Amino acid sequence: MIRKGSQILMEVLQEEGVETIFGYPGGVVIDIYDQLAKTDIRHILVRHEQGAVHAADGYARASGKVGVCLVTSGPGATNTVTGIASAYMDSIPLVVITGQVPTHLIGNDAFQEVDIVGITRPCTKHNYLVSSTAELARTVKEAFYLARSGRPGPVLVDIPKDVSNSEAEYRQLKDVKLKSYNPTYQPNIKQLRKVVELIRSAERPVVFAGGGVILSQASQELTEFARKTQIPVTTSLMGLGAFPGSDPLWLGMLGMHGTYRANMSIGACDLLVSIGVRFDDRVTGKTDVFAAQAKIVHIDIDPTSIRKNIPVAIPVVGDCKISLSQLNRLIDEIDLTDVPRKRQDWLGQIERWKGTNPLAYKQCDLIKPQFVVEKLYELTRGEAIITTEVGQNQMWAAQYYHFDRPGHFITSGGLGCMGFGLPAAIGAQVACPDKLVVDIAGDASIQMNIQEMATAVENCLPVKIVILNNNYLGMVRQWQELFYDKRYACTYMNHSPNFVKLAEAYGAVGLKATKPQEVESVLAEGLSLPQPVIMEFEVDKEENVYPMVPAGAPITEMLLA
Amino acid sequence: MNEKHIMTMLVDNEPGVLSRVVGLFSGKGFNIESLCVAETMDSKVSRITIVTKANTEVLEQIEKQLRKLINVIKLRDMTGPKAVKREMALICVHAKPEHRAEILRIVDIFRCNVVDVGLEHYIIEVTGDAAKLTALLNLLKPMGIKKIARTGPIALYREPK
Ligand SMILES: Cc1ncc(C[n+]2csc(CCOP(=O)(O)OP(=O)(O)O)c2C)c(N)n1
Ligand SMILES: [Mg+2]
Repeated sequence: MIRKGSQILMEVLQEEGVETIFGYPGGVVIDIYDQLAKTDIRHILVRHEQGAVHAADGYARASGKVGVCLVTSGPGATNTVTGIASAYMDSIPLVVITGQVPTHLIGNDAFQEVDIVGITRPCTKHNYLVSSTAELARTVKEAFYLARSGRPGPVLVDIPKDVSNSEAEYRQLKDVKLKSYNPTYQPNIKQLRKVVELIRSAERPVVFAGGGVILSQASQELTEFARKTQIPVTTSLMGLGAFPGSDPLWLGMLGMHGTYRANMSIGACDLLVSIGVRFDDRVTGKTDVFAAQAKIVHIDIDPTSIRKNIPVAIPVVGDCKISLSQLNRLIDEIDLTDVPRKRQDWLGQIERWKGTNPLAYKQCDLIKPQFVVEKLYELTRGEAIITTEVGQNQMWAAQYYHFDRPGHFITSGGLGCMGFGLPAAIGAQVACPDKLVVDIAGDASIQMNIQEMATAVENCLPVKIVILNNNYLGMVRQWQELFYDKRYACTYMNHSPNFVKLAEAYGAVGLKATKPQEVESVLAEGLSLPQPVIMEFEVDKEENVYPMVPAGAPITEMLLA
Repeated sequence: MNEKHIMTMLVDNEPGVLSRVVGLFSGKGFNIESLCVAETMDSKVSRITIVTKANTEVLEQIEKQLRKLINVIKLRDMTGPKAVKREMALICVHAKPEHRAEILRIVDIFRCNVVDVGLEHYIIEVTGDAAKLTALLNLLKPMGIKKIARTGPIALYREPK
């Protein structure tokens, strides 16, 4: 069949099962939009292209599908870069389609021309400039395949206007194969046997799981593995929800703001089974003493993650889900009757750590931000999808909301990108229309993509925004307090909008609490409303996030409240 | 300990591929001592040869990161005697009347060629391993080297005998 490029694009998107696109039109993509309007793919018109990418990111995480964006050339394309970088750091599958000036103008500094393939080369899994209409179908198919397979990630496809406007022969392609791309899903069974051997002999084992477990949908296998072997589990920020936060084996999050018992157990363990993690510096602290007494097992689909930051005794390259289910099978072959007795001392020690230094805060007559998150957890019975902005709000969300299931905590982990939470919540709400989606926000971060309120209202996406307003760039202020003698240079945010009126101006609902007694009623009212709501909580301004491991210090040396 | 390593890779012969490879080195703080690129017999495939200095851990990362690039089809470490290595240089040397005979004698001994002659200079073409090139340069230095263009090494694995 002879088809126009823009039609071919729509054909492939539909073949790939795309139901929703987050985007923003412009000159070179008018033709693509013209075709898009003829399909039943839903288009969410955002208010800024960065919002489109974060929304697609939230959509991908909540649905497990590939998130798709469509934007114009030049400024439309450059506005996507932050969102792409965030998705890249967190291995989120996205296909970002950018329009480009016509092929014959490329390189001429044409109107709205920018080398977006060059700009995004280091922050995409792969990217393409499509050079002819005949190549369009294969390229877009490859983009989806790359985005979702192996270690997932964002893939950008730059389509010049003449490529989408010209015609070419189109045939439906079955599957794509790339001779140079062959992710290793099957783990080496010999390596897994060694892991089982170590588990058998370990006295103080810990499991450390990360975002890879969530991406490969291996939470069940992980839970089975931990319960069978009675090994306590901690996760990175990205791994929250991979293991039930209400399980007795749960240690809490690891790292700079990890729990006392999680960080201490890393210092003391003799076996660390790490799965789908990449040992970010926010997790390891000082690397030379990280898990210094432990043999480290590292299971990951990306070989570059292994031995990048931390020496590893047993590397296993493979998919987390497959590896864990094979491990579970191998473990079934060994005798586990004496495991509970063997673990007694170790689990007892962990219990004592928990007893001496639990996550806690002191109530006062100001609203404590932790209290707001705790109440939110109670009122939602832990069932909401939580997105976050970045800073203290993000850490309190991670510490005080307990996640029992994967796909319910959506945060910009690797890039730590302020402005992520609201558009991500919008994307998650599109993916899960029947779920309650709450963005836990800071007063500063929320202003970075506040324009997306209009997107939520226009599309009847009833996202809830909980602003923990401390009038500060709180996390930066905390560092200034602790490490710069309280010199609060440029972190006091004197003037913010009236968030209640702002919500109303967007056609949403605004609520505000200034006293602890009002917290519950504001939350209860806000959460029950069928439209988007901003709930502002005037919190204790100089509250800090504890525990805290100063950057570069050993993980076991925590500042405590 | 940082040691020299030479690696070659077969890559898709497409625009932007070299930039991905080089961008990886600069972005991750890896070092490039030399770089050679040209098409292979298959016009869709190019061969890139890179010399880098790295310790074992960094080298492992470099190799894994390169393999991760979608356009890198095959990568091989060419360090050691299993591969033949050659580099080439064009050396423009001052050739005063009293030195001309001596220079030509050296050219002869090293089995290189004079490819350009002037009243005051020769341009000498030489191929060989790094040691040969260095030795030649040391001998020519006293005459005064005007300029030099040097390729990095290229390498091929020896076939089984
Ligand atoms: C886009 C971006 N710019 C700057 C930073 C650095 N930064 C990290 S946390 C933070 C403060 C955030 O303030 P707020 O949103 O009010 O959250 P709080 O820490 O007060 O809860 C800043 C500026 C960042 N992470 N992202
Ligand atoms: Mg703040």
